[in-house]
Amino acid sequence: MTTLSIIAILVTLLIVVALAKPVGLYLAAAFDYGSGSRLNRVFGPVERLIYRIGGIREENQSWKTYAASLICSNAVMIFLIYLVLRFQGMLPLNPAGIPNMEPSLAFNTAISFMANTDLQHYSGESGASYLSQASVLVFAMFVSPATGLALVMAFIRGLTGKGAGNFFVDLIRALTRVLLPVAFVSALLFVFMGVPQTFEPAATVTTLEGAQQTIARGPIASFLAIKELGNNGGGFLGVNSAHPFENPSGLSNLLQILLMMLVTTALPFAYGKMAGSIKQGRVLFVSMLVILIVMTGISLTAESAGNPVLNALGVQHAQGSMEGKEVRFGETQSAFYSVITTAAETGAVNTMHDTLTPIGGLVPLANMMLNTVFGGMGVGFVNVLMYAIIAVFLSGLMVGRTPEFLGRKIEGKEMKLIAVTLLIQPFLILVPTAIALATHPETISNPGFHGLTQALYEYTSSAANNGSGFEGLSDANTFWNVSTGIVMFLGRYLSMVTLLAVAGSLAAKKPIPESSGTFRTDTAMFGAVFVGIVLIVGALTFFPAVVLGPIAEQLTL
Amino acid sequence: MRIIWVTLRTTLTIAVVCCIVYNLAVWAVAQAAAPDKANGSLIKNAEGQVVGSKLIGQSFTEPGYFHGRVSSIDYDANGSGSPNYAPSNPELLKRAEESLSAWKAENPDVPVSEVPIDLITNSGSGLDPQISPQAAEVQVPRVSKVTGISEDELRKMIADHTQGRSLGLFGEPAVNVLELNLDVQAARK
Repeated sequence: MTTLSIIAILVTLLIVVALAKPVGLYLAAAFDYGSGSRLNRVFGPVERLIYRIGGIREENQSWKTYAASLICSNAVMIFLIYLVLRFQGMLPLNPAGIPNMEPSLAFNTAISFMANTDLQHYSGESGASYLSQASVLVFAMFVSPATGLALVMAFIRGLTGKGAGNFFVDLIRALTRVLLPVAFVSALLFVFMGVPQTFEPAATVTTLEGAQQTIARGPIASFLAIKELGNNGGGFLGVNSAHPFENPSGLSNLLQILLMMLVTTALPFAYGKMAGSIKQGRVLFVSMLVILIVMTGISLTAESAGNPVLNALGVQHAQGSMEGKEVRFGETQSAFYSVITTAAETGAVNTMHDTLTPIGGLVPLANMMLNTVFGGMGVGFVNVLMYAIIAVFLSGLMVGRTPEFLGRKIEGKEMKLIAVTLLIQPFLILVPTAIALATHPETISNPGFHGLTQALYEYTSSAANNGSGFEGLSDANTFWNVSTGIVMFLGRYLSMVTLLAVAGSLAAKKPIPESSGTFRTDTAMFGAVFVGIVLIVGALTFFPAVVLGPIAEQLTL
Repeated sequence: MRIIWVTLRTTLTIAVVCCIVYNLAVWAVAQAAAPDKANGSLIKNAEGQVVGSKLIGQSFTEPGYFHGRVSSIDYDANGSGSPNYAPSNPELLKRAEESLSAWKAENPDVPVSEVPIDLITNSGSGLDPQISPQAAEVQVPRVSKVTGISEDELRKMIADHTQGRSLGLFGEPAVNVLELNLDVQAARK
């Protein structure tokens, strides 16, 4: 770890902070239904054309219809994607002659990409044709973050007492006003940095030592841009952004980090704007940034200390732990990327998380378990707002007042829905992990405590819709395909429904004027309570599993 | 029912825009503006034959070439990915010890304490095209002895193929092994 590499990380964080507010204000304007916006004049004509072709009526939906539109449309799309994957072998654009996906793998992959998880139990080079990659997977990588953005906008509208809006209008706006333009520009930037964008089949060359080498390539740049921007994370190539084609330099690595953080760090400010007080959003932004910086510090310290077992061999180990890492990133940019990709629930990797030192691997795991350190596109911030409501509720209990959030009373009905939502995540992680360890121990590749972490990581990543993996796991079989498929589906859609119900219930309440006794939600005090609640709930839920996995492994090294 | 009908029509519309228009637009601009990079940064030797990609590592085992990093997939660029060893996995130590004893046999003049750790660890992709400058430096005595190229000349080649940090700040300096070895091959003749 050199001074220069620390400065690089600080500069990256500064850029993230500088972008958050302007992008947040843009998002608030982009999803504003008022007619006066200049954005409506720019994007209106194209959008109205899409509405006409799609048969979308620009009318407000009830909360139930909004939720139903979201779930139904996503379910239909999952089914269509499943069909293409099952029959990719007979469809065009398949120069490598890749066969059809088998049913459980196609089931897993279709859910995985629509649920913004992009857990991949196939390898891009040999498991998906150019058609599958460039059409259905790219399609899902656009639609799933757009769905997340629609959700968060509807949720904020509910908290601020407005109607839900229209799901299809939100979906299209997310595409035309945010995802497509940014993805297009960044895809071209990636090409100039060396990422291929070609429909030519793999190149076969004779190496300097006379061997034959087949070099897989493809339309990678367009895939990569939306993978990072949409917090998707699924790689075109098997090893994701560790592959030199998918992340050729320190510069492309920087752009990927910025894209992952772009929307999710802006949402607190969009929320502040929509709630009529930027300070409401800023306190949440700062709280999450503090957790992110602490996580980064822990991860960097662990990775730069290296693996004591290898260091004991007497080699020069100033580079820290280099197993599973690429030289162009070194240990700092690799560790930093692992923190960002799990904070923003993207799941792209530029280092193999399975090879991280135990504490270095605990940080990504903790990010996904908390699922509130910014979090994935839209859904992450909805989760954050849920914790903010819990913080208000608990503070209210302590002083014996009816808690209020943005002037609306938090009562039994909302808290029941939130309690259910809170319980879904540990249930989806811990129960399947136990089942997997008991019934399928042969699929776990590393011995000892690390084996438990492998299974725990896989389900945590699925439930948090992250999608990174401890790749040592033999997960390309029916048990893992089906079980993680179900966990990903429930992890995404159950909480969407319960939280939309919370928003609908709050929207219907009469606002009460703020008084001197109101617990303010825009102060540093509230930020501290919020961070405390997040950490306590996370620790109470997952501490035992974490002790048995990474912490035990660290102690035995 | 209306939702499903709207979904089907909207899906089709989005598919046309996001899959066809978006992919092809990126492709068209990329192929027009940077065709070499867009097709995989392939590089040719002096005779004009394609010998690999600037971005993809190759397996080098002959003592007259600089060696790259350990690759558990032996640089098979048709299917990246690498069986990973956790830090506590005994197989990791075994593999690293094998790398080190091979190193000692080939480079008797260079003590183990000077060997940087990137030479005995598996890269993330199994296709890492680069090594650290220190990892190139420690191989200079061996390559010089086998090829007859002077050590100073080899150091100059290393400096030529060392890529610094992006914008002087992001990432780590690294030496491109294939480009370096192309120079070595040319100078040998």
